[in-house]
Amino acid sequence: MADLSSEFLGIKCINPFWLASAPPTDKAYNVVRAFEAGWGGVVWKTLGEDPAPINVSSRYGVHYGQNRQVLGFNNIELITDRSLQINLDEITQVKKDWPDRAMIVSLMVPCEEESWKAILPRVEATGADGVELNFGCPHGMPERGMGAAVGQVPEYIEMVTRWCKQYCSLPIIVKLTPNITDIRLPAEAALRGGADAVSLINTINSITSVNLDTMSPEPSVDGKGTHGGYCGPAVKPIALSMLSEIARSPVTANLPISGIGGVSNWRDAAEFIALGAGNVQVCSAAMLYGFKIIDDLCDGLSDWMDQKGYESIDDFCRMAIPNTTDWKHLNMNYKRVAVIDQDNCIQCGRCFAACEDTSHQSILKTAKDGGNEYTVIEKECVGCNLCQVTCPEPNAIAMVDIDTGQEHLSWLHHPANPFREAK
Amino acid sequence: MKHTIQSNRLADIEIIENFTDIAPLLTEKQVLVASERCLFCYDAPCINACPTAIDIPLFIRKINTGNAHGAAKEILSANILGGSCARVCPTETLCEDACVRNTHEDAPVSIGRLQRYAVEHLDPARGYPFTRAEETGKKIAVVGAGPAGLACAHRLAREGHQVTIFEAATKPGGLNEYGIAEYKLVNDYAQQEVEFVLQIGGIEIQYEKALGRDFTLKQLRDTHDAVFLGIGMGDSNGLNIPGEDLAGVEDAVDYISVLRQIDSLAELPVGQNIVVIGAGMTAIDIAVQSKKLGAGEVTMVYRRDQRAMGASVHEQELAQTHGVHFVFNAQPKQILGDENGVNAMQFNRTVVNEQGKLVATDEVIQLPCDLVFKAIGQKLHPDFLAQDSERPALCKSGRFAVDATFQTSIPKVYAGGDCIKGKDLVVEAVDHGNKAALTIHQVLQQEEKY
Repeated sequence: MADLSSEFLGIKCINPFWLASAPPTDKAYNVVRAFEAGWGGVVWKTLGEDPAPINVSSRYGVHYGQNRQVLGFNNIELITDRSLQINLDEITQVKKDWPDRAMIVSLMVPCEEESWKAILPRVEATGADGVELNFGCPHGMPERGMGAAVGQVPEYIEMVTRWCKQYCSLPIIVKLTPNITDIRLPAEAALRGGADAVSLINTINSITSVNLDTMSPEPSVDGKGTHGGYCGPAVKPIALSMLSEIARSPVTANLPISGIGGVSNWRDAAEFIALGAGNVQVCSAAMLYGFKIIDDLCDGLSDWMDQKGYESIDDFCRMAIPNTTDWKHLNMNYKRVAVIDQDNCIQCGRCFAACEDTSHQSILKTAKDGGNEYTVIEKECVGCNLCQVTCPEPNAIAMVDIDTGQEHLSWLHHPANPFREAK
Repeated sequence: MKHTIQSNRLADIEIIENFTDIAPLLTEKQVLVASERCLFCYDAPCINACPTAIDIPLFIRKINTGNAHGAAKEILSANILGGSCARVCPTETLCEDACVRNTHEDAPVSIGRLQRYAVEHLDPARGYPFTRAEETGKKIAVVGAGPAGLACAHRLAREGHQVTIFEAATKPGGLNEYGIAEYKLVNDYAQQEVEFVLQIGGIEIQYEKALGRDFTLKQLRDTHDAVFLGIGMGDSNGLNIPGEDLAGVEDAVDYISVLRQIDSLAELPVGQNIVVIGAGMTAIDIAVQSKKLGAGEVTMVYRRDQRAMGASVHEQELAQTHGVHFVFNAQPKQILGDENGVNAMQFNRTVVNEQGKLVATDEVIQLPCDLVFKAIGQKLHPDFLAQDSERPALCKSGRFAVDATFQTSIPKVYAGGDCIKGKDLVVEAVDHGNKAALTIHQVLQQEEKY
């Protein structure tokens, strides 16, 4: 049985799964339920200065799939709407009752040294294990000069991080916003400011839908809407890419990362860890299914690690990073083609429609036994994977490597590249 | 033996419950789940399996995106009787049998029930979905207001032709009105559908006008630009065995026709011990409806084995879940009885001989019964064309022979539905009507040109 115990920034807990700073970690009641269910730690919902903000009614908007499965959803909630002292008292008590779980406190106060200097000692006094700086919240708070308004200016990130390191002895995690063009810049700024780690991604600016009767964006507040923070399975690919950018940059390669963004199951978590996350934070999946999902997150991850022979999280952490590279380093002599397994093909013809209408006309449709047989014209196939993408059957289309007998050749050295480098 | 054929075997309330809709309208949530399963296949097998070639993936996609009205238009433009077909089609042998979801899941998309949902959601507030072309001045006679005739008439009316339908019965709809099992077409659906068909305009129906009784084919040909015969079969096959004339030997088609028209089903007399001869859809329908009316034992007897049954497995299961017994390889020998009626029926056991031919053996099986339903197929009624000297040629199966354009041996006389060779399905009759109308329209247009 693989060891799931986690040590991140010296903070030990029973597994690498933390609940991200969000409604599930808003108060003691929720957090105790989470710990009872088996979560390794929580990042307490962001605290701020009193008076606490007031939230609006109607807060979440959803992007559904065909059958109401939630592809992603967004929110327009602000940071905690409870007073600072109530939160601090609850944090103190919960940490005392659950010493083997990680207790991180998320913070967001105005971009002034005095504000940070005032709040940090009070947080440290709770016995919490670390602090996460919320520089990512994309809605509401930036209009007041906080959240993403800080996260989008690397100089501010560096400055505030430095204050925090100065006034607090706890590990400092800087939470990054994805609403930026190059994620490496804020990560580098956090590093310069002395951050112990970064966590990413926060939610993405979004409008999930428009009500076509009222012409109001959702979630609608009295007929008007605003952009909210998008989360859930749909954001996972974006998070993975941003994570890998930081993990493979020489500047930030050694900066620990807490991975966040649409982690819904153990497989997602393993992918985040393979791309450089030291642990993972989960929110949307818990909000959609409840805390019980922690059972499968742990059990599935542990089982997979056993099968692969990994004894600890560290054993496979960053393992996909050496394989994550720039386009120019990819092997242009590599060839793969689609192969359709006729025994598993159900003859829906989706691959044909996709290839014929939108790709390379590499699938042949032949009338056979009253139906159609679909086969790949190997010499036309560019190995784009679209047929496999569109195929509803898991085992009907395989992408198979073709031995071209040619050596590795990247664009850097390709004869067609006028700026090619000598080998 | 005491006469046991009687009415009121069950209380009214039980019978009403027994004859409610066998496959009710899906809920919105069921529709969401069912429509999501459609893979939107290319060159979809379900379309090819539908005699009227409804674009099934397209209408299901429209349902799934919340455009049920558009889905209904898609269905009705291919099949104006899409509403009744959704209810009565043996989809398990047609579109749903071809669905690719059968391959690894053994569960096709519920095409029939989705189709019903769509047609039910055609929004009348948005106007009639079809328009009638400019009047052509051409007159076409359609004989029979059943599915074939209605489909043909609607197509022709859309093209601007004037159609007169001659119907022998007092109501339109044909077998949808008089022949389909009650629980498949509840709430007078056949009549609602005919009203919808007629909204196109340009169609007049003359009731109680029977071919061979009230007019001849020649008269129609003389007074119309073309004639379409959608007259069904009109007559049932007989057993041709001793005892067939006894009281209590009934033709299933006639009985169902009475059942479909009676105001109070409980008043319909039914036996305690019923034998149904046949293995097709009509046999299943009469067997199941007899059980629903309160019959004691119902036994379907077929001269061949189960695999040869005309009724689909789905229909067979329906009979079985209603407690109907099956007896196979038994060929009618004679019906026994007295002045009070039937009291038993005898059969010869059959076997398949070395030449692969079904033959009767000496082994006799006797089943006690008070009511015998004959459901062994139909034939063209001889009176239809008795008055005509020039008659359409018949094919080997004794029905009208037609060419690929549905024209009979007589020029400009077309035929479709059960009176030509086919599977005797509503959806096929619609296809015949559609295609004959297309030919008629093309021929009349050609004439106009020269």
